[in-house]
Amino acid sequence: MIHTPHVDWFSISTILALLGASFVALLGAVLVPRSARRMFGCVVAVLGFAGGLLTSIWLYVDSTNGHRVIGDAFYRDRWTALGQIIVCGIGLVTALVAAEQIAHRTDDHIAEFFSLLLACAAGMTFFIGSANLMVMFLSLEWFSIALYVMCAIDYDVEGSLEAGLKYLVIGSFGSAALLFGSALVYGSTSRIGFVEIAHVGHAHDTLLVLGLAMIITGLGFKSSAAPFHQWTPDVYQGAPTPVTAFMSAATKVAAFMLAFRVLRTAFPQDEHLWTWALAGIAIASLAVGNFAALVQRNVKRMLAYSSISHAGFLLIGLSAASALGGRAMLYYLVPYSAMAFGSFAIVGARERELNAPVTLDNLAGFGWERPFLGVAMWFFMFGFAGLPLTGGFTGKFYVFAAAYRHGWAWLVVVGVLATLVSLWYYLAVVRAMYMRTNDELRVAVAGGAPPREPLLHAAVAICMIVGVGSLFATQPVIDLARHATSALPF
Amino acid sequence: MITTILIWLPIAAAIVVWALPLSRYATGSLAVLVSLAEVGIWIEQAFRFDFSKHGLQFAQRGGWISDLHVSYHVGVYGFSLWLVGLTVISMAACTAYGFWVGRDRPRAYFGLMLFLTGATVGVFVAQDLLLFYAFFEAMLIPLYVLVGVWGGPGRLGATIKFFIYTAAGSLLMLAALIAYGLHAGTFDLVDGGPSVSRWIFLGFMLAFVIKAPLFPFHGWLPDTYREAPPEVTAVLSGVIAKAGTYGMLRIAITKLPDPTSYYRTLILALAAAALVYGSLLAFRAADLRGVVAYSSLAQSGLIALGLFSGTNLGFDGAVLQMVAHGLVSTSLFLLAGTIERRTTTDQFALLGGMAKGRPALATLLMTCGIISLAVPGSANFAGEFLILAGAFQRAWWWAAIGAGAIVLAAMYMLRAISAVLHEARGSVVTEDALDLRLGELSLIVPLVAGLLLLSAWPAGVSHHSFVGDRPVQTIKGQFK
Repeated sequence: MIHTPHVDWFSISTILALLGASFVALLGAVLVPRSARRMFGCVVAVLGFAGGLLTSIWLYVDSTNGHRVIGDAFYRDRWTALGQIIVCGIGLVTALVAAEQIAHRTDDHIAEFFSLLLACAAGMTFFIGSANLMVMFLSLEWFSIALYVMCAIDYDVEGSLEAGLKYLVIGSFGSAALLFGSALVYGSTSRIGFVEIAHVGHAHDTLLVLGLAMIITGLGFKSSAAPFHQWTPDVYQGAPTPVTAFMSAATKVAAFMLAFRVLRTAFPQDEHLWTWALAGIAIASLAVGNFAALVQRNVKRMLAYSSISHAGFLLIGLSAASALGGRAMLYYLVPYSAMAFGSFAIVGARERELNAPVTLDNLAGFGWERPFLGVAMWFFMFGFAGLPLTGGFTGKFYVFAAAYRHGWAWLVVVGVLATLVSLWYYLAVVRAMYMRTNDELRVAVAGGAPPREPLLHAAVAICMIVGVGSLFATQPVIDLARHATSALPF
Repeated sequence: MITTILIWLPIAAAIVVWALPLSRYATGSLAVLVSLAEVGIWIEQAFRFDFSKHGLQFAQRGGWISDLHVSYHVGVYGFSLWLVGLTVISMAACTAYGFWVGRDRPRAYFGLMLFLTGATVGVFVAQDLLLFYAFFEAMLIPLYVLVGVWGGPGRLGATIKFFIYTAAGSLLMLAALIAYGLHAGTFDLVDGGPSVSRWIFLGFMLAFVIKAPLFPFHGWLPDTYREAPPEVTAVLSGVIAKAGTYGMLRIAITKLPDPTSYYRTLILALAAAALVYGSLLAFRAADLRGVVAYSSLAQSGLIALGLFSGTNLGFDGAVLQMVAHGLVSTSLFLLAGTIERRTTTDQFALLGGMAKGRPALATLLMTCGIISLAVPGSANFAGEFLILAGAFQRAWWWAAIGAGAIVLAAMYMLRAISAVLHEARGSVVTEDALDLRLGELSLIVPLVAGLLLLSAWPAGVSHHSFVGDRPVQTIKGQFK
């Protein structure tokens, strides 16, 4: 007889809420008349994410003593809950932006899009809480497959299809690395639970170290850290902009939060190895992301490289491997997600207005034409560069402080120099939006007034509030992060 | 509380200006009113300030990041009080100038000017390193846009140079302040003890010498001062540059005494180089803004000479000179702006003979020029005399170099005045170019009046900057 574990249904309520909404959206694709499908999908998605937010906040409040549930396969603790809150928040704004921005020629499949979005977020929330290698891999595949399809949702646009295919091929390679690494770790320790691996594993066990290296590789692909970043610019550029916005924010949150947990929980004995490895990856990401972004003219592509460089900054916090580093990384993720999402959403608005890919040249005059979006973009760009307009400022300070306390002053200097390089391309966006005029460059606007996009404006406003709010309300966010981090073993 | 109001009132007003669809006239009036209110609040603060009391006054402290001991801590000392005064007065004049000339896109423009006011006041009152750094960086944001949008034809290149130079310095300061704060266990400027690390000192100093600027870190200065709108150049040279020298005094010298004495000769040499080189360049400059810009470089050198002489006289003189030069260079750049509006240029080759029929312009330009060249009896003379006396106490040759440069100052300033006001009438100077209008007078005359007041009673600033007028002792005690 098969022994069925006790199921703590409440601990997976966020996932269930999102999955339930996903099924409803999918049913809508069949049962709801075509004209109402977009509306229906959006409402279902918003409700689903709101429900997910509610349950995950509840879980955060109610999970002071972190523990494993459901046959020790899943963590019910504040780390998981905070990750779920962030992912659901990103999903919510994605639903708003997608309702307007996913091309109307795909009206046939719009309900499926929302269904996939919800399923993808459900996978991510599962991924963040996974407590063993099996669940980790399954949930990784779960949200990745949804993302592959979402990237290719505009299937009659060449770039979108190409993005989906590229992501599929390279993403599968990353998943394979993760799976192989997990197999090696299991082979070395005959355990799959993170905690058990830590108990059984010996430092300097070659098989274990090899497995660890491949797990880091696999997670590196998902978090688009160099040198596992090759897919990022192409996929970010080709995918429909709301999907890019979602990916750049939510996938990073999921990948980094899981990476910190798995490394801290399962591999403390090899800490000196993986901290150095992560510092190396951080430097590679900072170098590749920043220098490649310098020469981009396409704004989506530039932001893709910028997201690689931010993976580097997050890795600085991660590589400190301390409670302070964990807090720093978590704190950084909040304004970063808001700014990344918001900036892609704004690019999406311009894209729709011009009906052409957005380049630095055809951004000219955008800031004056659409003042709210312009100011928001201004905030996001300066915030990315670590100027005191958004929480990006305190985030940078915090990760650098974590690295310094770890004894790595040189990593702080590298980070500071990388920030300096990044100023060049972030300012280029502001320069393009405000300091050149349309007449000067003869940008062809598709015609007529720009589309009214109340939902997109609302989403950008939420991102602004989170981004700027996290600068002024630093302590509350850090308190959240502190409670979440206390769920990990330090 | 009053200190917090000084910082946040203009920033709140900036948000109001950005958010509400006010007319051009309403926007400008609101901005000018708020900047005048700032002046009023500052005067109130100055009257309530107790110059005989040790330590921070009007202090306020709130939490920001508790686990790293970063807090929102603001307050004023004697010398910061004068710099805040300089900021609010200069910013009021410059905002009013922007209103007078009717800048395009008024809501964006006045919002940025107000934001800049708040951020700059913040730099001078912040008593926490991260807060100081935040305001120091925040000043850059409006300046970047103000130069880049309302500047001259070469503005794009100028903004890039300006931003990259200053950001390079301040980012290394970020690394230095993290190192300082984590070693000291607090980021608070009042509580934090002294550090002996030379790296930390260099990190901070790089930011300050770029901002001030000192030779050879002044590469951004000529382009930016020429391309920016005149009132923004006035702010840059009159106020923003003082953030650099203020940082030297408040952080580098106070918190890092050992490295200060280790690098003293080097920095004195850089300061002397800035003084001489700036004066020579000013003598060669072909336009009025160029002369004032390079003379600002020279004056920054002089102020740094006073600060790093490490003597009572030097510190007193440096603070006085910061205020006096701030006022005089604000006035001179605004006057350069009024001349450009009448003649479209400030090239000496095209100007000349403007004094005839324009008595107000001639009088004001002459007065500012004469104060700027430190004629005996002027505020600048008092400042420079104190600085040179302080430098003399360190070693006689620093004073000798300084005195030589002051002779150069007389030469370049007189050359500039005669090239604009006297000589044959320039090709772009027409008969119907008006004298200064009432609006222009109403914003330049108060500045000049302030200068004359300071000339009459320089001790008002120099004896009221440090408790009991014993700067060296106060700094050794780290202003506690």
